[in-house]
Amino acid sequence: MESTAHDFKDNVDAALADANLQDSLAKLKVGFSERRRQAAERMPEFEALRDRARDIKNHALANLDFYLEEFERKVTALGGHVHWAPTAEDARRIIGELCQSMGARTVAKSKSMVAEEIALNEHLEALGIAPIETDLGEYIIQLRHEPPSHIIAPAVHLTKDQVADTFLEHHSKLGFTKRLTERNDLVAEARYVLRQKFLDADVGLTGANFLVAETGSSLLVTNEGNADLSNTLPRMHIVLASIEKVIPTLEDAAVLLRVLARSATGQESSAYTTLNTGPKRAGDLDGPEHYHVVILDNGRSAVLGTEMQDMLRCIRCGACMNHCPVYGAIGGHAYGWVYPGPIGAVLTPQLIGVEEAGNLPNASTFCGRCEAVCPVRIPLPNLMRHWREREFERHLQPRGVRQGLALWSFLARRPRLYRRLTALANRLLALFGRAQGRYQTLPLAGGWTRFRDFPAPPPGGTFHAQWRGRRS
Amino acid sequence: MNEARSQILNGIRRSLQRGELSGDARAAVEARLARPPRGPAVARAALAQPEKVALFCQWAEANNATVARVAPAEVAAEVSAYLARNNLPAEAVIAPSPQLAGYDWASQKMLSLRQGRGEGSDHVSITGAFAAIAETGTVVMASGPEHPVTLNLLPDTHIVVLRESDIVGGYEEVWERLRARYGKDCMPRTVNTITGPSRTGDIEQAMELGAHGPRRMHVLVVRE
Repeated sequence: MESTAHDFKDNVDAALADANLQDSLAKLKVGFSERRRQAAERMPEFEALRDRARDIKNHALANLDFYLEEFERKVTALGGHVHWAPTAEDARRIIGELCQSMGARTVAKSKSMVAEEIALNEHLEALGIAPIETDLGEYIIQLRHEPPSHIIAPAVHLTKDQVADTFLEHHSKLGFTKRLTERNDLVAEARYVLRQKFLDADVGLTGANFLVAETGSSLLVTNEGNADLSNTLPRMHIVLASIEKVIPTLEDAAVLLRVLARSATGQESSAYTTLNTGPKRAGDLDGPEHYHVVILDNGRSAVLGTEMQDMLRCIRCGACMNHCPVYGAIGGHAYGWVYPGPIGAVLTPQLIGVEEAGNLPNASTFCGRCEAVCPVRIPLPNLMRHWREREFERHLQPRGVRQGLALWSFLARRPRLYRRLTALANRLLALFGRAQGRYQTLPLAGGWTRFRDFPAPPPGGTFHAQWRGRRS
Repeated sequence: MNEARSQILNGIRRSLQRGELSGDARAAVEARLARPPRGPAVARAALAQPEKVALFCQWAEANNATVARVAPAEVAAEVSAYLARNNLPAEAVIAPSPQLAGYDWASQKMLSLRQGRGEGSDHVSITGAFAAIAETGTVVMASGPEHPVTLNLLPDTHIVVLRESDIVGGYEEVWERLRARYGKDCMPRTVNTITGPSRTGDIEQAMELGAHGPRRMHVLVVRE
């Protein structure tokens, strides 16, 4: 998709003014995050499992070439095919050719963030092949021509009424002319409409939560069962996965599964966890005749061995965005590209460039909730800080910001001067505003005082002065 | 394609500042693959068999499945009774497995059964289960001629006939059973682990049942 990450500030203004979005976001605070807390409390081993999950992903990344080759060997031995895609363009071309080899007119797609990353739908449409999103959330936003706003709940920005309007608009030509008001009726209508599309599809395309090297299996976690229909009914199943999805063994999968669902939705387990290994076997009554796995790099291998490597541990649970005060205020679309929230603020500059996405790692208060809930303990605030440093090194920030930071750094390295200047500023501020206890306007602080008052310094001098006073 | 393959693999090796794994480092990861280490033990499922069965039933129900504990001779009658209780037609598609064929279906004169894979028009399916996981109330289905995957997914109602002895504590015991049954190098085409009926939270994060897979799951836990 086309990035609007460079327009982040405008996107934020629009998001804050969107009443429907704000209604939807209010539900996040009592939805996923509260359920995650309860699920973690029900599992006494949860913290130990998180540690192990982190270690497993680190081990897999340190031996990534070995495990990818092992995975390929197993897939091939069971009659499947592995394709290697260094770039997004390579992956699009490979998938397009596979679909054309089947004479495909429609592709049943199960939610895949990597497919969003490579803009697969646009490519298939250009080839005259209709991609049909089958995850309910993805289906809703496909009808509305919107990108996903959350990595596990793509339509989380919409209210039930908006979904009802969308269905009425698109389903009335199929004979569904009544505007629905109940969630279960909306779900049932989508099920009915999509069922026929599953049965007609020539190709099923899914992502993968994990690739298991030991067995050559792709592992998929869903609640709806749409991925399972996508990999069972059509004659060809294509799995699209990025290189860091590979893990060593089924035992490792057990650990990761125990933290994945609990972190994502607070469920003990998602409804469907499925291992797919190769095509239909002799004697099977169903299943695809052709099984292909497309492994995408798209810049990830270059992150290995750098200070940013930890981002590759991500298992895409969405907990960081569910718990992020910034995401909670602006939703996912404001981030401007495929991956929103804290993990998006770290991934997006890597995948599309810090020049385009430099705003994102700056949109954080560093409150640390994302790191506190991350099931694989990715130090997200630290990674955002690395991006800010790189942005500074590459002179990408506005001149005012750079000069301000340079001035502050000059003072911070000269403690006596710093203390004198802050004491002077403190006295001046006190002189002009202590009577009200606040300032409605302040020179050089318009960005702050435009929206709220600036508090006047309390009596007793600067923090340094008070600290000295207390210690003596 | 080979060029793309080496481009990715060499890129990884360059970033990791080493060549292809060799010597002791390679032996270590190969040994890890051959004898996979288990993660931290989960106390919840480390129970004697009768308590595992009870825990499975508890979690299956917590995940919106319904459970009936029956003797082998009662399986067919319970299927009929379940369909009647839920105002469902007395017809079903049944997996072609010897285990299921062993129950006394002939006793249910009104129940009409078809053997085979699932179709879009089927309302009710009856399958066995390869295993079940007490820790989360999950049934495990291994695909094969005796268990078409479509039966797990297409019908509105999925009835699972599960033997008590097939209930294990956690995932790890399922993996051991799969390796013992199919060999370490040959997983079945599909292993579905299923926890309750299909569901979605995609509209306002409220869970609704019956998204694409079955709306109802009924598990018959068979005493032996």
